[in-house]
Amino acid sequence: MRYIDHHAHMASRTTDDYANMALTGCVAVTEPAFWAGWDRSTPEGFEDYFRQLMEFEPKRAAAAGIQHYTWLGMNPKESDNREISIEVLKRIPKLLEGPTVIGIGEIGLNRVTKNEITTYTEQVELAATLGQMVLIHTPHLEDKLKGTRITIDVLRDFPSLPPGRVLVDHAEEHTIEAILEGGYWAGLTLYPQTKVSAARAVDIIEKYGPERILVAGACDWGPSDPLAVPRFIAEMRRRRHDEALIHRVVFENPFRFLSQSPKFRLPAGVAEAAAAQAG
Amino acid sequence: MSASQPHRSPLRPSELVDEYFIENRNRVIEIAAFLDRLDRSDPSIADSDFRVMALREALAVLTSGTTNRVHDIQVLLSDPTTEPLPALDRKGAVGAWDRTKGGR
Repeated sequence: MRYIDHHAHMASRTTDDYANMALTGCVAVTEPAFWAGWDRSTPEGFEDYFRQLMEFEPKRAAAAGIQHYTWLGMNPKESDNREISIEVLKRIPKLLEGPTVIGIGEIGLNRVTKNEITTYTEQVELAATLGQMVLIHTPHLEDKLKGTRITIDVLRDFPSLPPGRVLVDHAEEHTIEAILEGGYWAGLTLYPQTKVSAARAVDIIEKYGPERILVAGACDWGPSDPLAVPRFIAEMRRRRHDEALIHRVVFENPFRFLSQSPKFRLPAGVAEAAAAQAG
Repeated sequence: MSASQPHRSPLRPSELVDEYFIENRNRVIEIAAFLDRLDRSDPSIADSDFRVMALREALAVLTSGTTNRVHDIQVLLSDPTTEPLPALDRKGAVGAWDRTKGGR
């Protein structure tokens, strides 16, 4: 079954991972800018990373037959550093003009500090001003509930940013209702331990239905799985869900959300072939 | 706001048990083994480490009869406060909120 992984940190992965994703049906990935596992020391360090996302990763993906798009922004883990955040944000508007840059992300909160909220708010304001789509990271583990609440509170302060153009990612059982009720898209990221398992993601689909819910592997440099979406597909089949529902979640939904950016395009015939394959 | 409809698994209850019993049996035994391991190391840690205390409370939710166990455990493990941290204290989360700090 063909699928789109809306959240994959491919800069942290091998070329073999691209190949395996393609072999399991991946036709496109979108890659949000994120934390490298260590803090960058200069704004120029961010610029180099953004260039990697805009220039190098699309070529590696294309070699495997995968479309690659990116989101740029100051990631939550480094956003407490106001000095660097201010400098990075000055560079974002020009970079957003890149042909594969589809929005601002991943932005949001980590430990929910005052500085993080300031940097996040500035980026939401930038998105609202520039008419950009947004991909939002919500905090990990015990910080998720509080962080998601504040994340949504800030979004409400910018009514010019349509909720349907905002993806609130890393949703879990205790945050998804608030995200969906706000009119935002909710992302379920499939992790071995720290976020949502494939089985729990299927539970969430069973409970809330597929409307405005996306699933992704969010594979990165830590314990994670670039083939998490195919494993989700396998779990859906294990529960005997029909192919059309699975296709809706792993292809139609991300296609619908991402196609709000005029830059997001799949090769001719791919969407039709995916639909035909799903019956 | 969501107009989406639930999609229950077509599996019958007995089929769900058939499909998922063994792996969940294993999970329960793994938790038991973890707690026994802690006891062998230091029996007092169950009353002193906030993460283990939170885990024991979560285990009580499993047998509480609620039908919202995942949600309730997620909330139990979460920071219930609403005020931002004044400054960054550490880079990452640890999995449970330290209720010995107060707050609820």
